[in-house]
Amino acid sequence: MFYREAGQFKTSYAADMAIFPIRQDRIGLAVILAIAFVAIPLTGDQFLLNTMMIPFLILSLAGIGLNILTGYTGLLSLGSAGFMGVGAYACYKLQTYFPQVNILVWIVVSGLASSAVGVLFGLPSLRIKGFYLVVATLAAQFFLEWAFARVPWLYNYNDSGAIEVSNQTLFGVYVTGPNATPATRYLVVLTIVTALTWIASNIVHGRIGRMWMAVRDMDIAAELIGIRLLRAKLTAFAVSSFYIGVAGALMVFLWFGSAEPEAFDINLSFQLLFIIIIGGLGSIVGAFFGAVIIHLLPIGLRALPALLHINVPGAMVEHLTYMITGALIIGVLIVEPHGLAKLWQTMKQKLRVWPFPY
Amino acid sequence: MNILHAIFVDPFAQMISAPDLLVQTVWEGFVGGVLYSLIALGFVLIYKASGVFNFAQGIMMVFAALTLVGLHEKGAPAWIALALTVAIMYALAVGVERVVLRPLVNQPDIILLMATFGLTYFLIGFGELVFGGNPKAMITEQLFLPSGAIDLSILGGKVTLQKLDIAAAAIALVMVAGLGLFFQKTRIGRALRAVADDHQAALSVGISLNQIWVVVWFAAGVVALATGIMWGARSDVSFALQVVALKALPVLILGGLTSIPGAIVGGLIIGIGEKLGEFYWGPLLGGGIERWLAYFIALAFLLFRPQGLFGERIIERI
Repeated sequence: MFYREAGQFKTSYAADMAIFPIRQDRIGLAVILAIAFVAIPLTGDQFLLNTMMIPFLILSLAGIGLNILTGYTGLLSLGSAGFMGVGAYACYKLQTYFPQVNILVWIVVSGLASSAVGVLFGLPSLRIKGFYLVVATLAAQFFLEWAFARVPWLYNYNDSGAIEVSNQTLFGVYVTGPNATPATRYLVVLTIVTALTWIASNIVHGRIGRMWMAVRDMDIAAELIGIRLLRAKLTAFAVSSFYIGVAGALMVFLWFGSAEPEAFDINLSFQLLFIIIIGGLGSIVGAFFGAVIIHLLPIGLRALPALLHINVPGAMVEHLTYMITGALIIGVLIVEPHGLAKLWQTMKQKLRVWPFPY
Repeated sequence: MNILHAIFVDPFAQMISAPDLLVQTVWEGFVGGVLYSLIALGFVLIYKASGVFNFAQGIMMVFAALTLVGLHEKGAPAWIALALTVAIMYALAVGVERVVLRPLVNQPDIILLMATFGLTYFLIGFGELVFGGNPKAMITEQLFLPSGAIDLSILGGKVTLQKLDIAAAAIALVMVAGLGLFFQKTRIGRALRAVADDHQAALSVGISLNQIWVVVWFAAGVVALATGIMWGARSDVSFALQVVALKALPVLILGGLTSIPGAIVGGLIIGIGEKLGEFYWGPLLGGGIERWLAYFIALAFLLFRPQGLFGERIIERI
């Protein structure tokens, strides 16, 4: 009824190819952004910002990165946590060497370091395909994890072996370190994530995105129609690792505050893979849906017994959370194997033609 | 020059000057490799018959071992606990077939892979909920597994062989032979091979896919139990063992996803390769390279044979 594009005419190719061709979508997005930028920082308490929103946004960003590689280009990766680590450590090193440059610059630049490593580990993808490629990305994951622990240069030879975030300011306001308020950090993360999401959705809707999708659907056929596989696969690795690297830098600098190599272990890679598969492979918005399920749902489950005044031991809640998450993954896959993004699409389509079935 | 010397000359000189150490390292790698192969074997069984890349195999191993130890702790004698565990693995196979495989039939590979991730989480939660999250000691004596070590003096030195490791290798050998016989000689084995070859053709000659899946998952569960007992005897039983299970991935991929001999040869290459690498080249890099060496070994092989050593040749058509 409200969601209908009747009467909205497109007069140019650009308008037809817009990311949000329907006016109601644009209004909806504006409302969401207004809530995210104004309402949440004004009203949210520390728990909402620190434990829910900042991690949610960062995981979504990493999910977008992985989705570019796995969802759009069809290259299965289990090394994302390693690439997040590269972003974080690159940012840390750059900040040690050039402390006068603003940290936000380094957060974005560290994505490039992650890109370079990603391209290096992406090289085998030209020869090795499908599940076999998992080994290459696992090699990246375990090698990088080992390097973070065993190469002292990376953590400035300190005793703890962890990287610590110092206080850094932007226009006189603390954005990182212990002095930054949750609201400031939230706004910084939100700005970066919004900007990068916007860029990502433009990339995947454009020529490069179509190139990736052709490679995903069948790489030999793509090669025959004139797509250079080397370039397509390596750009996918580069862009994807850039996003994942920035997410990693954000994770350490604006969420954790300090990190040990264990923060980037294989479980984080799995978590990111869950996010994109539950959310929907090959969908930008899916990464956000997936992050809601994978990050926010367990928080909700843990809070549930207290809300219902049932006395359940903490360890048991933890185990039940595991079981429920597992069951949910299977459940979502059975209901909608193409993820929540597909469900969202179906819902919008139904709304458009309502009250008719099609 | 020094670095080149340290990489290409010193380790070999060390091997020649102390052959007993070399034999010891190779033996340890061999035993580790056998156990990796067993995990990979479970993967291959399931992948061949149902096309599912069963990520949960490692967790099934831990879960089986945990169930065995947990039941024994709750008072069941060892043999009854063992029988009960086998029964539980059967129930698990039936459950997986009913709840996961049947509704997801004909979905893309990655979706099925994902479903096994879900299964992994579920089993971790369930196992810890029922039996507790603390590491437990494997009931080696009650299962009549030998302990202690044999010292052999060869090549002018001494090599220590754990009796348990010998038993593990023997059990692995028996199991592989048994599975081979089962596949070649029995009715169900033939049906399994038919399904692995072509699902639709198998269906059309009257083989029930659902039944076959239960059988394969059960077989994989029994393999998981045997592997779990062995790994559990070498270190404690806890979900931390799943890191070991991840090592089965390079083994499996190196051998080729569909090949049982591949899983075994792959396991031995990875097991021996990583031990030798860790022992002779590890110190150059500061140690701990065992964590990633297996994956690089597999990667190196794959660059030359993208389908793995014994995998079916990948033919791509437009």
